[in-house]
Amino acid sequence: MTPLPTGSATHPGTDIAAPRLAKKKFLHDAAEHVRDTGHRAFVRKALGGYYTTRDAQKARYRDYEQARDAASLAKWSAVNRLDELLPRFAENFTANGGQVHWARDAAEAREIVLGLLRGARAKAVIKSKCMTSEEIHLNQAMEADGYGVVESDLGEFIQQLRGEPPYHFVFPCMHVRRDEISDLFQKHLGSPPTSEPEELTMIARRHMRRLYVEADVGITGANFLVAETGQISITENEGNARLTAGLPRVHIAIAGIEKVVDRLDDLAVLLPMLATAGTGQPLTCYNTLYSGPRRAGECDGPEEMHVVLLDNRRTEILADPEQRDSLHCIRCGACLNVCPIFKNVGGFTYGTTYQGPIGSVITPHLRGLADWNHLSGASSLCGACTDACPVRIDIHHHLLHNRRNAARTAPGRFERLGHRLFVAAASRPWLFAAGGWWFRKSLGLLKALRPPLLKAWLATRDLPPAPPHSFRSQWRRR
Amino acid sequence: MRIDLFIPCFVDQMAPRVGMAVASVLERLGHTCEFRPAQTCCGQPSFNAGYWDEARAVAIRTVGVFAGTEAVVGPSGSCVAMLRVFYPQLLAGTPHETAALDLAARTFEFGEFLVKKLGVTDVGARFPHRVTYHDGCHGLRELRVKEEPRMLLKAVRDLELVECDEPESCCGFGGLFSVKYPMISTAMAEVKGGSLARTDCDYIVSSDPSCQLQLDGWLSRQGKKPRTIHLAEVLAGTDA
Repeated sequence: MTPLPTGSATHPGTDIAAPRLAKKKFLHDAAEHVRDTGHRAFVRKALGGYYTTRDAQKARYRDYEQARDAASLAKWSAVNRLDELLPRFAENFTANGGQVHWARDAAEAREIVLGLLRGARAKAVIKSKCMTSEEIHLNQAMEADGYGVVESDLGEFIQQLRGEPPYHFVFPCMHVRRDEISDLFQKHLGSPPTSEPEELTMIARRHMRRLYVEADVGITGANFLVAETGQISITENEGNARLTAGLPRVHIAIAGIEKVVDRLDDLAVLLPMLATAGTGQPLTCYNTLYSGPRRAGECDGPEEMHVVLLDNRRTEILADPEQRDSLHCIRCGACLNVCPIFKNVGGFTYGTTYQGPIGSVITPHLRGLADWNHLSGASSLCGACTDACPVRIDIHHHLLHNRRNAARTAPGRFERLGHRLFVAAASRPWLFAAGGWWFRKSLGLLKALRPPLLKAWLATRDLPPAPPHSFRSQWRRR
Repeated sequence: MRIDLFIPCFVDQMAPRVGMAVASVLERLGHTCEFRPAQTCCGQPSFNAGYWDEARAVAIRTVGVFAGTEAVVGPSGSCVAMLRVFYPQLLAGTPHETAALDLAARTFEFGEFLVKKLGVTDVGARFPHRVTYHDGCHGLRELRVKEEPRMLLKAVRDLELVECDEPESCCGFGGLFSVKYPMISTAMAEVKGGSLARTDCDYIVSSDPSCQLQLDGWLSRQGKKPRTIHLAEVLAGTDA
């Protein structure tokens, strides 16, 4: 049996050492990926069923659009009162016996978690799905300090064995075929080959059970932090988060500060919306509220419970009234599922923790606009994401806002000149018409000369011949 | 009604027949069409590239060109969305904001104008072909035009309308996106173009000449049969 690989330490893409290369790498990887038509078809097919099940669930709402309004309002009112709700959550969570840790950035968050592991004299760590831990590269940090870490979510476990980051932040291994999983389990777990999903799940389950018991610390994410009650809400389908949180001596939850909601009642709309938009389920199989560590007289549960509240530049988004609604995101993944860019370039091409449209909106805020604006450019602005978003984030328009902000702060010199010349012509009808005439008359020559942008078009697409007369001249003569 | 034609710059230069077809349908219904030659480009290429200050100059100009009109009708969901949805945002907080909002309220996409404003679905057209309809994203999601073109097509004599399996997928044009990220744009054309071609239709009807450029460009390169045709051209077709 091959030992577990060091997992996320070898992730290609989640952390690019020289981020200036991010755009170059994106263009390269996108070009590579689109050539893999088999992979693209596989991902399209995998997401094909999503539309059907999601629409069936949407139809069960009395008014899905109103439910979107309600979910959006719940998040809006929380995000706009973080200063009030976060301290209230902290106070109530502490009253429940938990401990709150505030992390300004990824380094602080890692230090907090490593400090807790040292304090607990931990050896083994089990971890359920937690995108904030991907964001702060926690696995690498824990492994560097000698802790054994195992992912307990099946998809994340598969990705850990493969040494890859999540392909999709809700469906981490959606790109992996069943036979590949079988091979992987044979290699790492010594299991017999099988193509039955149930059998594959049971292999992982048998492997995992022992690890829950052996782990000293369980790390989870959090879908919602309820300020009113000081509880943490976790949504899942496998029951692994319950075991991760409940069996080890210490439970650490890591959550972005935008996860706080005001009241327990808010979950009445947010939990079903998360499931419907994310996976096409009425509710996910398990929705658990964690209310602090084991109390006197209780027979199970962790001895200690911690929550790490992570900023990591979320307050920069908060400071931008135009894009503040991107903090509404409940990480359902609906925008990825419907995105033609995601489906055609795949999850790894983004090179980000959060893939797809919402990732393209927030990554420039989290990691710098200059290096990540190309993700906002890589969109036809079709708007499918915005229509799919259960909390009404104006996703595709924020891509435009990022483009505008980038053009303002660091315009491409030639690009800006090009737009200025275009605008100068468009402001003078005679010049614009003359330019149009010249374009029509020289289109044949241009096609032969293939200047850069036209070359990009003609590489895969034809261009019709120009008509002899423009509309305006035909109109004048009729 | 006196209708001002809003002819996008690439329709002016590359697809004048679409503009003529729009005028022909509207005139057949008894309306008067005007064309103000001072119009140029709506500024969307610069706006979408992030050069809003540059685009704003064009927007202010275009708002002025169409001042005092009764109805402005354009044969492109994308360019109409620019006037109706994005001008008010681009000019918000400027002295031109009110004029932009005023123009937005008078600006219509061609098919939408026929159905919603004129209350017409049967324009007396005949088009004896099997067609499918391609939803352009700006028309579909910025203007919320989906049923109108289908209502119009269903009323055309001898026309058979079939739906493809990806009606709401983007064709991948996206303006400068198509040449800045050509590999992604082409992959999207493969998906949408393939879906449209599988309907075994004679024509792909569209309300956006920019989508037509993309789809025809890809279909032609692939040697696939159907070609696009603008909704106005279908509706302009009669027995006569």
